[in-house]
Amino acid sequence: MRSALFSGPRVVVIVFLLLLILPPFLSSFLLTLLTQALIYAILAMSLDIILGYTGLASLGHAAYFGLGAYSVGILSTRYGAGFWIALPAGVLLAVAVAAIFGLVALRATGVYFLMITLALGMVVWGLAHRWVTMTQGDNGISAIPRPDLGLPWSLAHSIPFYYFALAGFLITFWILRVIVRSPFGQTLVGIRESESRMRTLGYHVWLHKYIGFIIAGGFGGFAGVLWAYYNGFVSPVDLQLATSVEVLLMVALGGRGTLLGPALGAAIIVFLKNLVSVYTHRWLLILGAVYILTIVYAPEGILGAVKQWTRRANSRLLRSEV
Amino acid sequence: MEFWVTQTFNGISYGALLFLLAGGLSLIFGMMRIVNMTHGSYYLLGGYVALTVIWKTGYFALAILAGALAIALIGVGEWNAFLKRLSGQELGQVLTTMGFALIFQDLALIIWGGDPYTIPVPRFLSGAYQIGQLYFPVYRIFIITVAAAVALILWLVLEKTRVGAMMRATVDDPEMARGVGINVHGISMVVFALGAFLAAVAGVVAGGFVGVYPGADFEILPYAFVVVIVGGMGSLKGALIGSLLVGLLDNFGKALFPELSYFTLFAPMAAILAVRPTGLYGRV
Repeated sequence: MRSALFSGPRVVVIVFLLLLILPPFLSSFLLTLLTQALIYAILAMSLDIILGYTGLASLGHAAYFGLGAYSVGILSTRYGAGFWIALPAGVLLAVAVAAIFGLVALRATGVYFLMITLALGMVVWGLAHRWVTMTQGDNGISAIPRPDLGLPWSLAHSIPFYYFALAGFLITFWILRVIVRSPFGQTLVGIRESESRMRTLGYHVWLHKYIGFIIAGGFGGFAGVLWAYYNGFVSPVDLQLATSVEVLLMVALGGRGTLLGPALGAAIIVFLKNLVSVYTHRWLLILGAVYILTIVYAPEGILGAVKQWTRRANSRLLRSEV
Repeated sequence: MEFWVTQTFNGISYGALLFLLAGGLSLIFGMMRIVNMTHGSYYLLGGYVALTVIWKTGYFALAILAGALAIALIGVGEWNAFLKRLSGQELGQVLTTMGFALIFQDLALIIWGGDPYTIPVPRFLSGAYQIGQLYFPVYRIFIITVAAAVALILWLVLEKTRVGAMMRATVDDPEMARGVGINVHGISMVVFALGAFLAAVAGVVAGGFVGVYPGADFEILPYAFVVVIVGGMGSLKGALIGSLLVGLLDNFGKALFPELSYFTLFAPMAAILAVRPTGLYGRV
């Protein structure tokens, strides 16, 4: 019944083509925002593996982003490490820390899970903030060089770097899509819906959650690696509590339990923050209002609202045809 | 020796401040399971309101009362309009209260500007007692006294009065409490107001020695959460012990291992939670 013009896959293909073709014609400001949006989209999608698919809200996801970013910052400015060392180092560090934190955090659910992930996130933030000899504290690490991949185009320029981030986004999207559609991903959804039922059916619930937690951490670290290269600068702000909550907002705003939803949410927040701050200093007021309005008017996110709307439209269509 | 006495004293006085902040938060958690990211804003706004009152009138006691009452009203308004219908939805609570925290942060910046202020304290609270080589600031002793008095009053109310019994019943089992005719809605509102009130008191008191400045809200918020989760949600005793533990760990961490100070604070917390996910005195 759905009008074929606006079918989901078709919209996605159109958006993808626009992302591919349009950038060289955009202003450098918009291109910058688009690059940021792609990197935050990776972070938001990774969070959604535990939030949307497994049903566990984490208040410490920025920690993995920070671990990836600081790995790049420290390795490349101190040791002159290149991309092919910094990338695996950042991702592996995030994976290792997620593997340790997961052991602690997954003993709890609900509010307790929120609070434990918050405390764990603060551990990492505290190191970034106070371990000055390693992280340079609040000054952050600056002058991180753009990676040299031996390509004919230098990633120091904004258009090649955009395509680099787009590649990272697409790879992440593809891998996560394979994961959530696999029996493993479907089991995570089952755990979200009813943990006790999945346990009764003989699934190893804890192990599934644990692996999901580590996957989320690893891709969070990957986003952090790209962020450090993009921004050329890392500071404790990148992994503070407010950043973790902002990623939660991105996922909730776009739509939990989908991959494109969080990506959409990330893009909206990145554009909103930057465009609003061009016109007014009061962007915190507006961001605060977005938080509240999202929960009041679109508790299932934009994709959730769209789904509900098309379902309602379809049933109306059916009724009128009868 | 001097070092240990001074640091222990400082740790206890910081713990006393944290107890004021987190005692109410713990009750809110235990009773309503509301994750309130606005709690740090109550602390900050309480300090700012008190600052204005003291500039206008000059009375410290009036400033504490006015700040705390104003914030209690704001808290109840927020709870009544938004939070009470979000029970059981942690994500919704986190995002809504975060939205309020950002709005309050920006409003405070608009009204009071970006400069740090110190709340002027009355003369009899300034200065220090000297014992041998050791100095004990009167103001820190005052904070400890206030916290001890609040702890005592809360304990008396919770354990010895009818309303307190209703509160404990609501913490233990809201559904049964409602079933036996307790006005859970009214009790919840009172507890939320109390939590905001105490957070504002903490903000005013803290304004006298660390000052009132933009960013204090998000700086203190994780501490309040950590106290609550370590002590156990809804447990007054837990909040008291958690506050002292966090106050002491924070002080000794900063003094002994300045580079790892937050690590030495939050890592033991995480370790406690690994063994007891519901905190020291929390019930499942």
